[in-house]
Amino acid sequence: MKKTYKIDVDCANCANKMEEAAQKTEGVKNATVNFMTLKMIVEFMEGHDPKTVMEAVRANCKKVEDDCEVYL
Amino acid sequence: MNKKQRTMLVRILAAAALLIALHFLPATGWLRFGLYLVPYLVIGYDILLKALKGIKNRQVFDENFLMAVATVGAIALALYEGSGDYTEAIAVMLFYQIGEWFQSYAVGRSRRNISELMDIRPDYANVEADGKLTQVDPDEVEIGTVIVVQPGEKVPIDGTVVEGTSSLNTAALTGESLPRDVGVGDEIISGCINMTGLLKIRTTREFGESTVSKILDLVENASSRKSRSEAFISRFARIYTPAVCGSAVVLAILPPLVRLAGMGLSPDWGTWIYRALTFLVASCPCALVISIPLSFFAGIGGASNAGVLVKGSNYLETLSQTKIVVFDKTGTLTQGVFAVNGVHHSEMENEKLLEYAALAESASSHPISKSLQKAYGKEIDRSRVTDIQEISGSGVMAKVDGHEVAAGNDKLMDHLHIPYIPCRSVGTIIHMAIDGKYAGHIVISDLVKPHAKEAIETLRRSGVAQTVMLTGDAKKVADHVAEELGVDQVYSELLPAGKVEKVEELLKSKPERAKLAFVGDGINDAPVLSRADIGIAMGAMGSDAAIEAADVVLMDDDPLKIAKAIRISRKCLGIVYQNIVFAIGIKLACLVLVALGFANMWLAIFADVGVMILAVLNAIRALFVKKL
Repeated sequence: MKKTYKIDVDCANCANKMEEAAQKTEGVKNATVNFMTLKMIVEFMEGHDPKTVMEAVRANCKKVEDDCEVYL
Repeated sequence: MNKKQRTMLVRILAAAALLIALHFLPATGWLRFGLYLVPYLVIGYDILLKALKGIKNRQVFDENFLMAVATVGAIALALYEGSGDYTEAIAVMLFYQIGEWFQSYAVGRSRRNISELMDIRPDYANVEADGKLTQVDPDEVEIGTVIVVQPGEKVPIDGTVVEGTSSLNTAALTGESLPRDVGVGDEIISGCINMTGLLKIRTTREFGESTVSKILDLVENASSRKSRSEAFISRFARIYTPAVCGSAVVLAILPPLVRLAGMGLSPDWGTWIYRALTFLVASCPCALVISIPLSFFAGIGGASNAGVLVKGSNYLETLSQTKIVVFDKTGTLTQGVFAVNGVHHSEMENEKLLEYAALAESASSHPISKSLQKAYGKEIDRSRVTDIQEISGSGVMAKVDGHEVAAGNDKLMDHLHIPYIPCRSVGTIIHMAIDGKYAGHIVISDLVKPHAKEAIETLRRSGVAQTVMLTGDAKKVADHVAEELGVDQVYSELLPAGKVEKVEELLKSKPERAKLAFVGDGINDAPVLSRADIGIAMGAMGSDAAIEAADVVLMDDDPLKIAKAIRISRKCLGIVYQNIVFAIGIKLACLVLVALGFANMWLAIFADVGVMILAVLNAIRALFVKKL
C-alpha cells in the first residue's frame, strides 16, 4: 500500500535525510521524499498499520532534522 | 515571502546594521567581545541550537554543526590571539543565513511559478437544477450529469456536448494556441477553457478519472521518480560532508605536528586551526543538493507547459540520451484518416471531377466515399443523382445531372472497356469515366501529418542518429511514406507482436548509452511503448492505456513535439551537469586554496553562498522552454 503525506522542511539536504530516515523505519518498504512538491510517498510492508508506522517515521525524521514536519 | 522568511530577513538586516555600527565603536577587550556577541547571537542563535540538538540526536555532521564549530572556533581564536577581530565569524554566519534565505525564497517562488503554469484545476462545476445554476465541487458530480460551462470557465469534467457550440482554448493542456471548435455530439476533455458560447455537457467520467485530474496527478508525482543524477548527488552529499570534516581535523593537527617534529619550526597552531575552520565553512553541500532536483522540477514544469508531460526525472534523463527514434506510422506520422490526395489527368476542372465523384458515391457510407464528400466540401444534393448502381468490389455507376458517371478501380474500367491511365501514386485510385469517356483519376490515401517531414529533420538536427518506422501497412505504401519523410529505415507488414520483436532487435544492436525511444499513438502499441527505453505516446488525451504505458505523453498529435521534448530534456540535463561540475569544481578549488593558505573565511563563505545562488538561478533556467 502506498500513501502520500504532506511534509514541511526547509532545505534539500534535510529532505534527503528525512528520506533516509523514513526508509530505515520498521514497516516501511520504500519511501521517497519530494522536496520540490513537499510530499512524502511511503510504501508500507504487508501487515503493518500505516498509522503506527507513520508515527515512527515522523519521530525518526524529527531525530535527523529537528526543523521538519510530517502531516499525518 | 512567508512568515519564516520575513522573520529571517529582519534578523539579517538587524545583524548587518549592528555589525556596521560596531565597526565605528572603539571598544576593546571583554567589552568589545560582549558587544560583538549581540549580532552574532541575533543572526546565529538558531544554528547554535540546531547544532546542539543534532549532537543530542547523534546527527553530528550537518551544516548547522559545521557552521557552529567554524564560527565559534573563529571567535575563540580571535579571543585567544587577542586580535579582537570578531567581524569575520559574524560575517560568515550572516552570509550563510543570507544564502539559506535566498534558497528558501527561490524554491518557494519556483514552486509557485510551476503550479501557476499548471493552473488547470477547476474549482467548481455548474449543475442545473430546477432552472437554477448551482456551483458544486467537481468531485460530487456523478457520471451522466449535465453540467453547464459558461464562456470564460474551465471545463471541469470530461464529457459530451449536448447543447451549444463554442471554441475551446486548449493551450493549458496542449501548448497549442489555436482554439478548437466544438458542437453537439463532440467529446471534450476537462482542463480546456470555454471561450465563446455556453455549453451543456453530459459527463462521461468522474472528476477523479477525468483528464485534468490525471494530468495533475502525473505532473505532481513526476519529480518523485528520481534520476540517476539525483541519486548520485544524494550519495555524494552523504560522503562529502564527513570527508571534509575529516580533512579539517587532519589539517588542524598534522601540519603543526610535522613542523614541530620534522622541521623543528614553531607549530603555528593558530594558522592551521584557522584554515581547518575555513574548511568547515566550505563543506556545506547545499548548492548541489538543492540545484539538481530544482533543475529537474523546473524542466518537468516547463515541459508540461509546452504540452509535453514527462512522468519522472529519470525519464527526462533517458530522453536526453535518445539516439534512435522508432515511429509507428499510422496516427503518428500520418493522420490515420483517408483523404483525397490528388486529382490526375482530369479533362475538366478538378473541383468538377470531385463533384461528380462525390455525387456518384453519395449513397455509399464507405470511408472512401466519405473522404470524397469531404473533399467536395459542399452539401450533397441527392436529387441530382439517379440510377445508382453499385458494382461490388469495383465501384459505382450513376446518372448525375443527366451524365453517365462511372467511378471505381481498374476492374470497373476494364469491365466498361474504357482505356485508363494507371497511377504511379500510392493509395487507393478512383478512375472516373463520364459519358463513357475517361475523365482522370482521384488518389485517396492516408495523409502524412503536416509537420511530419519537418519533425524528422528537426530530430536529426537535434542529434538523433537513426529514425525507424514500423507499420502494419503494405510495403509499397510504407516505403513511399518513408521516402517522403526521409526516415532511415522501414519495416512494413508487421503484426503488433512483430513490432515488439523489431524493437527488441534494435535494442540489442544499439550501443549501451544510446537510448531508443518509441513513439506511438497509444492504440495497440502499449506493449511496444513499455518495451522501449522510453515510450512516447502522442495525442493521448483521453486514452488511459497510453497514459499508463508511456513514459512521456505528448498532449497533442504534432510530431514536432517529439524533437521539442528531446530538446527540453537536453537543456535540462545540460543545466544539471553544469551545476554538478560548477558546484563541485568551485568547492574543490576553494578547499585547495584554503589548505594552501591563499584564501580566508570570507572567500570560503562567498564561494559557498555564491555558488549556491548561481546554481539555483541556473536551475530556474530549465523552466524556459518556449524557444527550443
